[in-house]
Amino acid sequence: MTDTLTFVPLMIVLGAIGVPAAVFAALGAGERALTLFSGGAGRRARPWVWLFLPLILVILILIYPVIVTIFTSFQDARAENWIGWQNYAWAFSGQMLDIVGNNILWLVAFPLITLVLALASATLFDKVRYEPLAMTIVILPTAISFTAGSVIWTQMYSFQPSGSPQIGTLNAIRALFGADPLPWLIQPVVNNFALIFVAVWLQLGIATLILSSAIKNVGSEMLEAARLDGAGEWLIFRAMILPNILPSVLVVLTTMIIAALKVFDIVYVMTNGNFGTDVIANRLYYELFAANNLGHASAIAVILLFTALPVALINIFQFRSEARS
Amino acid sequence: MTGVSIRKAEKSYGEIAVIHGVSVEIEEGEFVVLVGPSGCGKSTLLRMIAGLEEISGGEIAIGERVVNDVEAKHRDIAMVFQSYALYPHMTVRDNMAFSLKLKGMDKAERETRIGRAADILGLEPLLGRYPRQLSGGQRQRVAMGRAIVRDPQVFLFDEPLSNLDAKLRVEMRSEIKQLQHRLKTTTIYVTHDQVEAMTMADKIVVMRAGRVEQCDTPLGLYDNPANTFVAAFIGSPSMNFVEGKVEGDAVVAEDGIRLPLPAGQGAALAGQRVTYGFRPEHMELAPKGGIPCEIELIEPTGSETMVSLRMGQAAVAGVFRERIAGPEGSTLGIRPDAARIHLFDPRTGQRLA
Amino acid sequence: MTGAPDPAITPRTFSSGARKGRRRRLPGTLVHVVVLLFIVGWVVPILALFLSSIRTQADTASSGWWMALVRPDLSLQNYALALDQLNIAGSLGTSLAIAIPTTVLTVLLSVIGAYALVRMRFAGRTALSLLLVSLLVTPPQITLVPLLRLYNQVGLSGSIPGIWLYQVGFTLPFGVFLLRGFIASIPKDLYESANLDGASELRTFWSIVLPLSRPIMASLGIMAFLWSWNDLLIPLLFLGGSGVSPPITVNLAGLVAQTTQGQGPLMAATFLSVIVPLMLIISMQRYFVRGILGGAVKG
Ligand SMILES: Nc1ncnc2c1ncn2[C@@H]1O[C@H](COP(=O)(O)OP(=O)(O)OP(=O)(O)O)[C@@H](O)[C@H]1O
Ligand SMILES: [Mg+2]
Repeated sequence: MTDTLTFVPLMIVLGAIGVPAAVFAALGAGERALTLFSGGAGRRARPWVWLFLPLILVILILIYPVIVTIFTSFQDARAENWIGWQNYAWAFSGQMLDIVGNNILWLVAFPLITLVLALASATLFDKVRYEPLAMTIVILPTAISFTAGSVIWTQMYSFQPSGSPQIGTLNAIRALFGADPLPWLIQPVVNNFALIFVAVWLQLGIATLILSSAIKNVGSEMLEAARLDGAGEWLIFRAMILPNILPSVLVVLTTMIIAALKVFDIVYVMTNGNFGTDVIANRLYYELFAANNLGHASAIAVILLFTALPVALINIFQFRSEARS
Repeated sequence: MTGVSIRKAEKSYGEIAVIHGVSVEIEEGEFVVLVGPSGCGKSTLLRMIAGLEEISGGEIAIGERVVNDVEAKHRDIAMVFQSYALYPHMTVRDNMAFSLKLKGMDKAERETRIGRAADILGLEPLLGRYPRQLSGGQRQRVAMGRAIVRDPQVFLFDEPLSNLDAKLRVEMRSEIKQLQHRLKTTTIYVTHDQVEAMTMADKIVVMRAGRVEQCDTPLGLYDNPANTFVAAFIGSPSMNFVEGKVEGDAVVAEDGIRLPLPAGQGAALAGQRVTYGFRPEHMELAPKGGIPCEIELIEPTGSETMVSLRMGQAAVAGVFRERIAGPEGSTLGIRPDAARIHLFDPRTGQRLA
Repeated sequence: MTGAPDPAITPRTFSSGARKGRRRRLPGTLVHVVVLLFIVGWVVPILALFLSSIRTQADTASSGWWMALVRPDLSLQNYALALDQLNIAGSLGTSLAIAIPTTVLTVLLSVIGAYALVRMRFAGRTALSLLLVSLLVTPPQITLVPLLRLYNQVGLSGSIPGIWLYQVGFTLPFGVFLLRGFIASIPKDLYESANLDGASELRTFWSIVLPLSRPIMASLGIMAFLWSWNDLLIPLLFLGGSGVSPPITVNLAGLVAQTTQGQGPLMAATFLSVIVPLMLIISMQRYFVRGILGGAVKG
């Protein structure tokens, strides 16, 4: 094992000072090269000097792999022979169907639960004087890794057979009300929702922030006028606030859909896909490392990419209309 | 210090041409003002001189050097922007020091220069402040300070006073002019305010739609406008125009009103249609024998009286030293000063000799 | 006064916006109850983690964390065990060695990219912006198969710079996207003025763009740090089998699977792993909020 005390500072100095210095040196060299061209040519080439490093990185880390993965998804386990659509046929058959089913559950339940809770928290926090405190607390878990969150909730969900003292918070509460303890992470369907809730706990802060900011932008004069006209709070929420924050609701939904799609850490740490909780991203890890099947892994990845595509299109559409206005 | 030559300069954005072959000679140490209505291309021309816009055609020379392909930073030009463009994260001192540091000037020399500029502009107490802690007038001064510490070959100003209130604008106007007299740096100043142009310039370039309409001293423009556009643009209130036909030593408008010509001029133009122009300040009250006009509005300023009149079919403005009692709706007899009228071709708008 | 707007002070945080006269009516009890439920539900798991980490092994095995409030019998033994036997110190070190350079490089390259994209005009500029927006939602999984192979071929696998490279490249579209609006709001006059003052493009970038973008760079920085620090998948895949201590997430994930050490040290290790990001988000909440709100594709 390398000596942490020298190795870590060395890496930090190298990466946080050395590499940036090199980046600046490269930019300087590029700018100097530009002066060799006369007038117009130099000016036209300049953007590419500046975009060179960011673009190369994005191409290397994102664009090139996407293209290769799409090709590999039509190849066999060792990525040597073309096998047509077989990997996709496999991905939508047999036990994979359960996994895809779980993903659909995640894709629907996670964004919806987050949205409903975020609407509630954003609306209600807005009414109390200790809003900053409440907001800070809901934001806290967004700083916590999915891994640590999983450790935390594994303990929260911990289960002892009926009769013995419950260590897990949730089962202790059930015991308090005289209910039998529930094996949260083992009982099918329940366990999926238990995992989803961990993600909700971790991500709610983001959704609440976005909606809260949108709610505060709804003109308060309008709300005051409605109140003077005798409208109830629920009517005000439904008829005035909700329509005005719809764009932000869409943002929350798309953000959370993407998060649901990528979810790996929670399942990997808490159940490792056992007890009918497996999801595509975790299965991909398995295909990659345990089964060594590159074709399968690629096909799964492409399915994830295509599921994300509608969201990408929505984003592009909104970006364009935003840029135009 | 050097002059600036603009020779047939052109500028187009893609298909759209906005400057159509402008030529102006600016002498060393001269204060030249570019005026013209909004959108006529003043800023564009200024930015071409600065090197912030490429030159699509023709050439621009600073001194002997043609600068078409010289980058802005190598043209040795300082510019004061309408927004001042002060660096918000630097103190006043650092704002002024920035260009000097880039030149590699040592600290002592920098401090002397900044001290001198601050002294001229009264900025000493503000040197440690950030731009957001300054008033509009103070920011304006800092922007000028930033320009003068550099001691550049040419100063460029793009509507530097338009963000100030009226009183401050008049103050800064004379301050800039005095400063320029003192430094004797060639200066090109853009404004759309003709009073600013008249009071500050050694030479005014009147522009319209990307072309130079006339280039002359302020009084030259006032006395001999080359066309109706310049005639109307220079002077406030604007020159009055009436169309008519030359008959004898008068111009007769369609409604029969006779406007006097200087002696002898009628013969040369007899029978021609002309646009007859006379400035509001160049007419006198003539209770007997004058042209009867209906008073529409009286605006006394104290020192003089501005009157809106209806002369036959034409609306005419007049400025008189006398006080006029009115009432509105009553009749006033006036007579244009025949020696100071202008005649233009009604089709081309060009001055008739 | 319509002079140069100061882009350094254009905050857009959740607490801004119209709020006067909003709370005419006092909220009912029900509102307080629900808000309190949120607060309790979101703070209790963290509290449980902390208390579990400072209880004795025996206590943890026999009763729930709340008993620490009833019968406090606290010890730091778990922390000693975690640091000593679970190699948590080494893992925290590796996590820092990954996250700090990743953060710096993400911010730097994002500013460079955003500056070029916003300030310079060139053919394909719009197309490039759209490409970036569409890359915002790429799942990381799609990149794994080719990159694992590539990393093996060029000898990047198992190395920390390889992780920087991945995380920076993956976060760049977001970073550029977050920064471009802010950089576009810096008045063009400032660049031109610097140019006339004799500054080169690089000098303008260093002396004008970087200092003025500090607030938004802080926003991006905190998000990049959190993502890097909290990332499990990439170090798990790309750092395996090397001499380096695994970063804290990878270490934790491994510890959950093997229960031999008991709950206590795991809780201590987990608490150590969350304390850094928690402090960060509490002390820089303003910037974090701005990052979240600025990064969402607005409608
Ligand atoms: N980047 C551009 N692309 C296309 N047309 C432009 C561009 N910049 C300026 N123009 C056009 O060039 C013309 C001249 O603009 P310019 O800013 O020079 O006017 P100006 O005389 O300074 O007006 P103002 O008094 O309002 O400042 C305008 O018609 C304007 O629409
Ligand atoms: Mg202009």
